[in-house]
Amino acid sequence: MKQRAALRTAPSLRDTLSYRGGVGQWAWLLHRLSGLGVLLFLVLHVLDIFLASFGPEVFNKLLFLYHSWIFRPFIVLLVFGVLYHALNGLRLVIVDFWPAANVYQKPMWVGATIVSLVVTLITIAAFFWEG
Amino acid sequence: MYPTTPRESGTFGARPRPAGGFELWSWYFMRISGAVLLLLAVFHLLWMHLVIGLDNITFETIVRRWTGPLGAFWRVYDLALLVFALTHGMNGARWVINDYVHRRGWNLGLKSALGVLYALLMLMGAYVIFTFQAPPTIVAP
Repeated sequence: MKQRAALRTAPSLRDTLSYRGGVGQWAWLLHRLSGLGVLLFLVLHVLDIFLASFGPEVFNKLLFLYHSWIFRPFIVLLVFGVLYHALNGLRLVIVDFWPAANVYQKPMWVGATIVSLVVTLITIAAFFWEG
Repeated sequence: MYPTTPRESGTFGARPRPAGGFELWSWYFMRISGAVLLLLAVFHLLWMHLVIGLDNITFETIVRRWTGPLGAFWRVYDLALLVFALTHGMNGARWVINDYVHRRGWNLGLKSALGVLYALLMLMGAYVIFTFQAPPTIVAP
């Protein structure tokens, strides 16, 4: 009975860290964390664009969130989160609809992660050339 | 206790396809909206960061985007982004709640709060997309 309950429950943080699921485990964890992080930003983003209804004074005052260097690390995390979630999600869609692609899971994940990192680095560079 | 190999779990990383009903529908929606967002959201992110530049974004950026010559296009684009991203994100959060919160009261309470937040943000976002007007002092170039 206890085992049955455990199977229905997603692993706890301790289980996740001690479980040796290989690459797929970290792909899953990063997908979930990036999804929740991007959702958190989306909530903030809908609210800030909504405030544009109240005119430029209100909206521009709020922009320190996006312009201040203090918040830049979060922007960098957001950029990586969106890219990783998008590209790793593409891997999941490919595997779901084309099971033969299972053989390429690992290289696809490595590719998705490397592309996400490289494009994130380019956007960090853009902070300097466009600022 | 937990599946130790992908084959044992019956899946290869992705959430298994549900048998039917709303959950099957939501499983397909996540994949279709995900593919749509791969184009819409990633283009939006790269456009804002690499073409416009984060530091150049001000109120005028919105005026140009929504009241310029391509205003109608960008409003439709942003509405699609709002609907797909918010629905995809909230459904993902619903899956996370179902994965971790098994007390019936907490599960339903959290999902209700999520539903209220979803409706509220959808209304606020749609409201500003449909009603935004440039103030008389700022004219779109």
